[in-house]
Amino acid sequence: MEQLLNSVPSWTNVAIFFGLGAALLLMVLAFVTYGILAERKVMGFMQGRYGPNQVGGRWGLLQTVADVLKLLLKEDTIPKAADRPLFILAPILAFAPAFMVLAVLPFTDAFQFADIGVGLLYYIAVSGLTTIGVVTGGWASNNKYALIGGMRAAAQMISYEIPLVMSVLGVVLLTGSLNLNDIVEAQKNVWYIFTQPVAFIVFLIAAVSELNRTPFDLPEAESELVAGFHVEYSGFRWAFFMLAEYVYLFAMAALTTILFLGGWHPVMFLGFIPGPVWFALKFSVVVFVLIWFRATFPRLRADQLMELGWKVLFPVALANIFVTALVKELFF
Amino acid sequence: MGNVYANSYLIVFVFLCIGVLLPVGALTLGKLLRPHVPSEAKQTTYESGNNPFHDSRVQFQVRYYMFALLFVIFDVETVFLYPWAVAYNKLGLFALIEMLIFVLMLVLGLIYAWKKKVLQWM
Repeated sequence: MEQLLNSVPSWTNVAIFFGLGAALLLMVLAFVTYGILAERKVMGFMQGRYGPNQVGGRWGLLQTVADVLKLLLKEDTIPKAADRPLFILAPILAFAPAFMVLAVLPFTDAFQFADIGVGLLYYIAVSGLTTIGVVTGGWASNNKYALIGGMRAAAQMISYEIPLVMSVLGVVLLTGSLNLNDIVEAQKNVWYIFTQPVAFIVFLIAAVSELNRTPFDLPEAESELVAGFHVEYSGFRWAFFMLAEYVYLFAMAALTTILFLGGWHPVMFLGFIPGPVWFALKFSVVVFVLIWFRATFPRLRADQLMELGWKVLFPVALANIFVTALVKELFF
Repeated sequence: MGNVYANSYLIVFVFLCIGVLLPVGALTLGKLLRPHVPSEAKQTTYESGNNPFHDSRVQFQVRYYMFALLFVIFDVETVFLYPWAVAYNKLGLFALIEMLIFVLMLVLGLIYAWKKKVLQWM
C-alpha cells in the first residue's frame, strides 16, 4: 500500500484502489452480517433466551443472510404524500459517508488506505454528513413520526458531536498531529486510555449517542415513534439506513481502538502475537461493550439527553483539554 | 510526499464512488427481483392505522433551532481549537493563555444560555 501511495497518480491506481475498496466493502458487509447476528445472540444470552437458532444450523449462522434476501425481494413502497426524489436520495446520503470514513482508518500498519494529514478531522467532518441523510429521510416521508424522529436525530447528533470532537482534542494535544497513523504511533508505550481516561469516557458516551444506539436511541424509540425517521421506508431502502448504522458501528469501534486503545500495538510483552490479531481483539471488545450497553441500559428521556450532553459532557470535555494542555506545559 | 497526498484523496474519491454505487446498484438490481403491485392503501402515509389528516410538515418547536445555533457557535470554536492543539508544542504557554481567554468568552455565552434555560428541553 505504501508503495502504491508513493507512485504517481494514474488511472491504474484508480482501478487498483477501486478493487481494494470493493474488497474492504465485502469485508465490512461480512462484519455487518455477523455483527448483527452477534448482537442478537449476545442479547439473547444476556436476556436468558436463545436468539436466532433455526436458519443455518444451531447458531443461526445464515439468519442475517436470509433477512437480507427477504429485504431484497420485498416490495418497495413510496407513500403518495412523500417527496419522491428526496425520499430516494436519503438512504444514499446516509450510507455514502458511512463508507467514506473507512478510507482513513489505519487497521494495521500494512492494512490501511488513505494516509491523510488531517485524518481525524476528515472522519469527524464526513461522519457529520449522515445527519443530513437522516433529516432528509424524515422530512421526505411526510409522516409525523418520521419528522419527529428526524428532528430528534438531528438535535441529538449535533449536540453530541461537540463533546465527541472536544474529547478527542486531548489526544490531539498529546500527539501534536491529526494523522491517525501518528496517533497510533504515539501510543507505542502507553495507550491514551490511561493518559486520557476522562476523554475516553466522554468519547465513548458521545460515540454511543452518535450511533443512535441504546440508551440514546430516541430518534428510533420504537415504543413512542414506531421507528423514527425510517417509518415509511421498506425493503432495501430501509436496509441501507440499517447498513449505514452498522457500518458506523464498525467505524466507531475501529476509531475508538485507534484513538484510545493503541491500535495494532500489542500489550507489553505479548509482542509475538501479530498486530492484526491485536486490532481485531480490541475492536471486538469495543463492539461487545456497545452491545452490552444495549442490553443493559434503559432509554434516556429527551430532556435528560440534552442536559447530559450540554451541561455535563461538554464542560467536562472542555476542562479536560485545558488540564491536558496545562499538564503538558508544566511537566513535559 | 505530493504523491501520497494526491493518492490519498484519490482513495477518498474512490470510496465516495463505491459508497454511492452500492446503494444505486443494489436498488436497481432489487427492482428486477421485487414485486411491484402498488395500491391506494399501500401508498397512504402510516399513522398507527388512522387515516392521516393534514400535512405533517407543521411548524416546529423553536428549541431545535436554538440547539442548532449553539452547535454552530461551538463547532466553530472547535475549528479554532484543532490547529491550536496540533501546533501546541511550538506555541507554548502564551498560546495556552490566549486560548483560555477565547474559550472563557464562549463559556460565558454557554453560562448565559444555561441561565436563560436554553439548554433545558422543556
